[in-house]
Amino acid sequence: MKHLAILAALLAPLPALADTDPADWAAVTEKADGQTVYWNAWGGSTTTNDFIAWVGSRVAEDYGVTLEHVKLSATSDAVTRVVAEKDAGENDDGAIDMIWINGANFSAMKEADLLFGPFAEQLPNWQFVDVEGKTVQTDFTVPVEGYESPWAMAQVVFIHDTADMPDRLGDMAALQDWAAANPGRFTYPQPPDFLGTTFLKQVLVDILPDASVLAAPVSDDSYDEVTAPLWAYLDELTPNLWRQGRAYPTTGNAQFQLISDGEVDLAISFSPGSASTAIANNELPPTVRTFVLDKGTIGNASFVAIPYNSGSKEGAMVVANFLMSPEAQARAQDPEVLGYGTVLNMAALSDEDRAVFDSLELGIATLSPAELGTAQAEPHPSWMTRIADDWVERYGVAE
Amino acid sequence: MTKHRFLPALPLLTVLVMLGPVLAGLWGTVLPAFGHFPVAGLTGPNLSGFQSLLDWPGLPRSVLLSVFTGFASTLIALSIVMLVTAGWSGTKAFQTLERLLSPLLSVPHAAAAFGLAFLIAPSGWLSRLFSPWLTGWDRPPDLLIVNDQWGLAMTTGLVVKEVPFLLLMTLAALGQAEAARSRTIASALGYGRVTGWLKTVFPRVYAQIRLPVYVVLAYAMSVVDVAVILGPNTPSTLSVQIVRWMADPDLALRVQAASAALLQLSLVIGALVIWRVGERAIGWLGMMWIAKGNRGALDTVAAGISLALATAAALAIFLGLLVLLVWSFAGFWGFPDALPQSFTFKNWMRHSEGVLEAVGETAAIAVPVTLAALILTIGCLEAEYRYGLRLSNRGIWLLYLPLLLPQTAFLPGLQTFMLTIGVDVGRVPVMATHLVFVLPYVFLSLADPFRAWDTRIGTIASALRASPDGVLWRVRVPMLLRPILTAAAVGLAVSVGQYLATLLIGGGRVQTLTTEAVALSSGGDRRAIGVYGLMQTSAALLPFALALLIPALAWRNRRGLRHA
Repeated sequence: MKHLAILAALLAPLPALADTDPADWAAVTEKADGQTVYWNAWGGSTTTNDFIAWVGSRVAEDYGVTLEHVKLSATSDAVTRVVAEKDAGENDDGAIDMIWINGANFSAMKEADLLFGPFAEQLPNWQFVDVEGKTVQTDFTVPVEGYESPWAMAQVVFIHDTADMPDRLGDMAALQDWAAANPGRFTYPQPPDFLGTTFLKQVLVDILPDASVLAAPVSDDSYDEVTAPLWAYLDELTPNLWRQGRAYPTTGNAQFQLISDGEVDLAISFSPGSASTAIANNELPPTVRTFVLDKGTIGNASFVAIPYNSGSKEGAMVVANFLMSPEAQARAQDPEVLGYGTVLNMAALSDEDRAVFDSLELGIATLSPAELGTAQAEPHPSWMTRIADDWVERYGVAE
Repeated sequence: MTKHRFLPALPLLTVLVMLGPVLAGLWGTVLPAFGHFPVAGLTGPNLSGFQSLLDWPGLPRSVLLSVFTGFASTLIALSIVMLVTAGWSGTKAFQTLERLLSPLLSVPHAAAAFGLAFLIAPSGWLSRLFSPWLTGWDRPPDLLIVNDQWGLAMTTGLVVKEVPFLLLMTLAALGQAEAARSRTIASALGYGRVTGWLKTVFPRVYAQIRLPVYVVLAYAMSVVDVAVILGPNTPSTLSVQIVRWMADPDLALRVQAASAALLQLSLVIGALVIWRVGERAIGWLGMMWIAKGNRGALDTVAAGISLALATAAALAIFLGLLVLLVWSFAGFWGFPDALPQSFTFKNWMRHSEGVLEAVGETAAIAVPVTLAALILTIGCLEAEYRYGLRLSNRGIWLLYLPLLLPQTAFLPGLQTFMLTIGVDVGRVPVMATHLVFVLPYVFLSLADPFRAWDTRIGTIASALRASPDGVLWRVRVPMLLRPILTAAAVGLAVSVGQYLATLLIGGGRVQTLTTEAVALSSGGDRRAIGVYGLMQTSAALLPFALALLIPALAWRNRRGLRHA
C-alpha cells in the first residue's frame, strides 16, 4: 500500500504536465478537434441557453469541438461537483470542462487550486479585450491572473415601467421615498439569489459615505457598524415592498413577469440590455425603460473557468477564445439575442468588426455606454455571503 | 430450463430492486445525520447536524407548514371524495365527474400546480376575466395568494391533485364493498343518501383505501415540486429546505440536510400514527353516531357542496391546462387583458430544441423503467399463480413502503451514499430510482386484473399441450393486453412526473420535462413554463390514450376481448 501511495504521488503531476501550452495555439486547436466540452452554466434564461447553443454550433463548425450545455440552477452545484471529484480522486477526466463563473465561486475555486491556468491572457482573442476600461483582471476584487477568461460585462440597472412610474430615481434614498409613496410596487429577488444580494450591496454602496471599506474582506470588528445603515434602510423599506415583504420573487427574471402582470413598477437587473431583449420577447411591456443611479451602479464581468481535472481543456480553451471573438461578442450584445455588454476594446478591433458593433441597434430600453456611466466596484466576495446570510435570518424566515 | 428456476426467485428480486435503494438511501441519511460524512472530512458520531438544524431560525415554522399542509390537504381531499361518492355514486352526475377526473390523475403535479398558480394569483386569469369591469382593478391587488405563508395555495394544489387519485382508489374499492345493496337497505330504513352511505359503506371502503390515504398524507407532507411552485418561501417547507441545503456547495450543510431528513421522516411517521389514532377515534364516534340513529337532515347540503368542490377541483386542473396553452402561444399579455394582445408560434419555436431533448431524455428513462417494472410484475404474478407465492397482507405494506416514506428522507441519502461509494450520478442510477416508485404502481394496477383472469382458459390451453410459458405468452398476456397497457401507462406517468429522484440522483445533469419545467418556475417565464408544462402533461397522457386505442385496434375482430 505504501509503495502504491508513493507511486500515485509520483504519477499525479503527470497529467498536468501533459496539458497543452495555451500559448501554442496550433497545438491547442489540433487537440481540441473531436473533444466534447461540458459547459456548466446557469440554465434559467432561455435567451442565454439559445446563445450557448449557437456558440456550440459555431465551435463545432470551425474547430470540431462539441459543446454540451449542462444547465445549472446554481453555479455552486458545479463547484460542489469538482470538490467531490477531487476528494474521490478523479483528477484526469472530470464531468465538467468549463464553468460560467465569477465572484465567490471563482475565489473559492482559485483558492482551493481547482482551476486550470493561467490560460486566459494567452488566448489569441485576448488582444481585443479592454483591459484598461473594464474590470476583467479582477473579479470582485480578487486578482484573476489568467485563471478565467471574460466574456460579458454586467452592470446594475433599474427597470421601470414608464406607464406607471414615469421618472427615474437618482439614489437609494429616492427609492425609499418612492416606495413609501407607492407601497407594494417594488420588490427584489429573494437573497441568497445573487441578484437579490446585489440589490443589498447596491443599497450599501450607495448609502455609505465611503464605500471603499467594502474592498477589503469582512472583519468581525467593523461588520456591524458598516452594515447598520443597510438594515435600518431595509427595516423601513420592507413594509412598503410588494406583499409587504412576506414573499419575494425567486429570481431576477421572475420580476419581469411581475412587471408585465402590473404587480410592480420597478425591478433590478444585472444586464443593461435585458429589458430591451425582454420587450422583443413580449416578456415586458414596450413602455419599459432603464436607469442607473447618479453615483453609478455596481458592475462586474462574467467569466469562464476550466476545472483542473477537465479532460477537454483544449476544447474548453477554444470555446473560451471563441467567446471573446468579435463575432460572438457582437452577437451577445445584440439585444435581440442577449443584450450583454461586450468585454472588447472597440479601438483594438478592425474597422470591419467595429462596424458590426456600431450597426447594432442597442434597443429602445438600453442605455448607451456613456449613459451607463461609471461602474462601481463589487465589494469583496466575503461581504456578499455574510450579508445574504444575515438577510435570511432577519427577513427570510419571518414569523 | 434455467428460466423455471429463475421465476420463483423473481418476487425476491423485485423486493430487492424496490427496497434496495430505499435502504441504501436511509443508510446514507442516518450516517451523515449523526455527523459522520467522510467525503466532507467529517467523522462522527455527534449531534452537530441536529444542533445546527435547531439553530436554524426557520425550523419551527417550516415544520409547522409541512404538518399543516399535509393534514389539511389529505383531510379535505378525503372528505370531498367520500361525500361525493356517498351523495352521488350511481348517478349520471357521478359518471360525468368520474370521466372528467380519471384522465386528470396522470396530469403531473408540477403542471397542475403551474396552472393553478396562473389561475388564482391576484394578476391571474380569474382576476383578469373579471377586471376591470367587475372588480374595478386596473392593477392587481397586492394580496398574498400564491406562496402565502400558511401554505393555503399549496394545500389547494395538493387537494386538486389528490381528489382524482382518491376517487379512483375509492371506485376500485366500491366493487368489493357491496355498496349498492347496503344503500338499498339503508334507504329502505329511511336513511338519507349520504348518511346511509357513511354509516354502512364507508367503514368497508375506508378499510380498503387506507393505504392509499396514508400515501397521500406522506406525500403531501414531503412534496417538493408543488411546494416550490405554490408554497411559501419565508421560510419554505422542511422538504424544500432539505433540497436547498443539499444543493449548497458547502458539503458540511449536507450533515444538516441529513438531520433534517431524519426529522422529516419522524414527522411523517408521527403523522401516520396520529392519523391511525384519529381513525380509531372517528370509528368510535361513528359508532355513537350510528347508535343515535339520525336519518340525515343535512344530506342534500353535504352532497351539493361536495359535488361543487369536486367539480371545482376538476375545473381547476382543466382551466389550468388551458391557461398554460394560452400562455404558450401568447405575445405580450398585460394585466387586466383577458387574452394576450397577439398569438405567436415564437415561444414554441424558441423552445422546440430544448423540449425535444427533454422529451428524449424523459422517454429514454420512462420506457425502460416501465418495461422492467412490467416484466418484474408479470413475473411475480405468474410465480404467484404457478407456485402459490402469494404476497400476504403484510407483504402489501412492502409494496407501499417506498410510497409511504417521504422522498426527502431517503433520496438525498441515496445521493450521499452513491457519493461515498464512488458511483457516478447519471441516467442509470436515475432509472434504478424511478423503478422504486414505478414498480408499486404498476404492480397495484395490474395485480387485480391478472388475478381475475379465468384460470380455466389456462387449463384448456394446457390440455391442448401448451407449456406453462406458452399459456402465459400466447394466452394470458394477449388476453390481458388492455390492463397490461394501462399498467404501463400508469408506470410511464409516474416516471414522467418524478422530480426529486431525477434531480438528486441525476446530479442535475439528467434533464427531463419535469426537472426542466420546475427549474423554469424560478425564472417565472410563463411562456416557457406553458410549453414545458403542456409537453410534460402530454407525455403522461399519451400512453393512457394508447392504452385505450391499441387494444381496440388489436381486438377489433374479437368482440369478447374488447372489454377485457
